Amino acid sequence: MDEHVDPADCTESVRELYTFLDGELTVERRVAIRAHLEGCSDCYGAYDFEAELRQVVSSSCKEEVPEQLRNRVAAALQQLMNEDGR
Amino acid sequence: MADPASFADQAMEYMSSLYSAALRMTRNPSDAEDLVQETYLRAFRGFGGFSEGTNLKAWLYRILTNTYINIYRAKKRRPEETDLGDVEDFYLYRRLGGLEEARASRSAEDELLDWFSEAEVKDAVESLPENFRLAVLLADVEGFSYKEIAEILDIPIGTVMSRLHRGRKQLEKALYDFAAQRGLVSEEPARG
Repeated sequence: MDEHVDPADCTESVRELYTFLDGELTVERRVAIRAHLEGCSDCYGAYDFEAELRQVVSSSCKEEVPEQLRNRVAAALQQLMNEDGR
Repeated sequence: MADPASFADQAMEYMSSLYSAALRMTRNPSDAEDLVQETYLRAFRGFGGFSEGTNLKAWLYRILTNTYINIYRAKKRRPEETDLGDVEDFYLYRRLGGLEEARASRSAEDELLDWFSEAEVKDAVESLPENFRLAVLLADVEGFSYKEIAEILDIPIGTVMSRLHRGRKQLEKALYDFAAQRGLVSEEPARG
């Protein structure tokens, strides 16, 4: 921990880090956490790691839609629309 | 009231994200395809009741989730999934965060990509108990807000937050277990 950092701030920041990453804190809390992260390399390390982990999870779970599924759904919807039009 | 004829134009663009979520829910491509098709058919039939200008993506996810829960899961009768109990915050970071030697020259993302294959990350997500898995998918993969997730899953915001919190910690534990199985890390006491 950096010397000038109050350990109480670290406890608070860690507690709110997931909510901070979710962008769901109030402006006031967000500003306070951001200021703390800029001055505390320990908490910044945790923040950076969690943020990157989220990126990795998100990109790993993105899938290509099989072409035949796209066609299947489009055809099924077209059929429903034709039935409605009768 | 929304015009059914415009449904396809508006809704088709969300198919890849719906399909990605369906795959994590059903854990197999053929069921995921059926689930997505059923979601689109139900959405089309209900589209008259959808108010134009509200959140179409969230509305489609609500139908996807309900369809999965009501029809697909009931049919499958999956064995009861167990909650592994509580896991500490930043489980993975506390164990792996200090491993990188040349931290200054490599990003945490590069390290994570070295440690875990895409397939392992998917497996870890799929290993989560269903309630946690749905919350984590909606937040971390699809980027929905707490409020949107609460509406999609029809649960209070406080429940969304607690499922996300526990789900993410369990996800980190599942990833750590992959690393440990591969001998990437030795069983050492956590830092900090």
